[in-house]
Amino acid sequence: MNEIQGNAWTFGDGINTDVMAPGLYFKSPMEVMARHCMEAIDPDFAGRIAPGDIVVAGRNFGIGSAREQAPMALQHLGVGAILAESYGRIFYRNALNFGIPTLIFPQAGEIAPGDALAIDPVAGRIENRTQHKTWAVAGLPEHLMAMVAAGGLMPFLKQRLSTQGDT
Amino acid sequence: MGYSIAQKIIANATGRDSVTPGEIVTCKVDLALLLDSGGPRRIWPRLRELGVGVWDPDKIVVVTDHFTPAVDAESAAILKLTRDFVKEFNIPRFFDMQGIGHVVLAENGYLQPGMFACGGDSHSSNGGAFGCYMAGFGAIEMTGVVVTGEIWLQVPETVRVNWSGEFGPGVASKDIMLTLCRELGINNAFKVIEFGGDTVSAMSMNERMTLTNMAAELGAETGIVEPDDETLDAIRAGGQQPAADALDWRSDADTDYAAVHAFDAAALAPQVAAPHSPANSGPADEFNDVRIDQAYIGACVGAKLSDLRMVAEVLRGRTVANGTRLMVAPASQKVIAEASADGTMKVLVDAGAYLLPTGCGACAALGAGILAEDEVCISSTNRNFKGRMGANSASVYLGSPYTVAASAVAGRIIDPRELLDEMGSDPDGF
Repeated sequence: MNEIQGNAWTFGDGINTDVMAPGLYFKSPMEVMARHCMEAIDPDFAGRIAPGDIVVAGRNFGIGSAREQAPMALQHLGVGAILAESYGRIFYRNALNFGIPTLIFPQAGEIAPGDALAIDPVAGRIENRTQHKTWAVAGLPEHLMAMVAAGGLMPFLKQRLSTQGDT
Repeated sequence: MGYSIAQKIIANATGRDSVTPGEIVTCKVDLALLLDSGGPRRIWPRLRELGVGVWDPDKIVVVTDHFTPAVDAESAAILKLTRDFVKEFNIPRFFDMQGIGHVVLAENGYLQPGMFACGGDSHSSNGGAFGCYMAGFGAIEMTGVVVTGEIWLQVPETVRVNWSGEFGPGVASKDIMLTLCRELGINNAFKVIEFGGDTVSAMSMNERMTLTNMAAELGAETGIVEPDDETLDAIRAGGQQPAADALDWRSDADTDYAAVHAFDAAALAPQVAAPHSPANSGPADEFNDVRIDQAYIGACVGAKLSDLRMVAEVLRGRTVANGTRLMVAPASQKVIAEASADGTMKVLVDAGAYLLPTGCGACAALGAGILAEDEVCISSTNRNFKGRMGANSASVYLGSPYTVAASAVAGRIIDPRELLDEMGSDPDGF
């Protein structure tokens, strides 16, 4: 998995999936849904985030509903990785299932909005090129590495099914 | 040391004698619940992409609840696609517009102690009331379940929460959960919350489901209650036979719990959670100056028969305040039938309640009853995140059905004990 480089978008604690993927736009295509991602707490986010940018958050990022549109909206907007102190359990699994590098980062509070970050999700290295600091965190869990490296659960299932077909 | 019921179920689902918290295991799934929102609509295109069908149609239950009834071209198309999916894959257990999936599963006795079940919705933890391990997952992950019949899990620790004593009048299991969201916090990932104690043993299945349903709000993997005769009666009432070994699914006396908490139900006051988190809770009488535009009785957690009976107990002989609207979206068609037969529904309508179709409704801003800018609502639902029930500037408070009904009468949030006499309350479950 390659290094991910992007600027930080910072959020506090308890950002829930209703905020990332509002129910009012559930029936809309992802292009529409994604425009409203985080709208309730940061109306500028969806319009200004650049491909590769990195979401940095506090505790319990992605609590609440199982809606997969939450990580999908972030991915649609080009989010390259997610760093948070802790996660809502279903969001965490969903994000990895879509192949989004999603790391537990206890020092997330030290990141400032707009900081230039570079991340190695396998080794668990997070470099802040604005603050000239580097942190070592746990890399992606080993049992999920192959899935995230394949691009998520769908490519991984395809690999698995084609392997089964060969035997 | 012994093992908790959750660990035993996970071990059984992996085909092993025991599992240890923290280890990664692959579990065989006994039942997969798919709803119209995150179910066929999102899974079917992926099955096509993979060129495969479902692993076992007899282990899948499909329910339409999030977009029922259709109100526009999009929701009509989603429901049609769900019906087509069921036909395509010959799935026998399909409940179309019969109620909210978590409640429909319970009503039909499909959940057995010891089962390992998955649902494509966060409140799938509801099923844990039956002594099974049932947890919620996203639609992408449910695609994997539907294809392979398996799911990976990091074996969670178990936290035991004991409640003892009898509720006073106007207090319900919802008040327990609003208390626990505050006391245990909302970050309980990799933990199962096991509810017990004499308060829980005395509860109907409906009230137990309120506990396990809102384990989702605690951020837990799921919630669970050890089975007893009440559990078996509910399975039989649903038309199913409990397995012979059903009551053997229990935690060992020497279970190595991650933590054990004890609370006194007799001392519990009605609770209200303020915007925008279920953990933002305190005694209802602390919110006395909050005027409300809407009172909402709905959702999987807050519109079962026992919930509607609590509402009726408060509303009997009273009317909803001028300037406040009380909306009621019963959790299932069966609830509507039973509440109509026993007179509950008449009490609600006589008091001025506005009836909505069964389904997930306004809880997640998908159905009728959503809020306008700056409106204030008290709701029997499980979440009050910003914007969840409609406008981002709306304020949603959470309370028990007693508290929501009493607040509808007062036009502001009140402690329901202001209206209930000292005769006590006994909302019956099924």
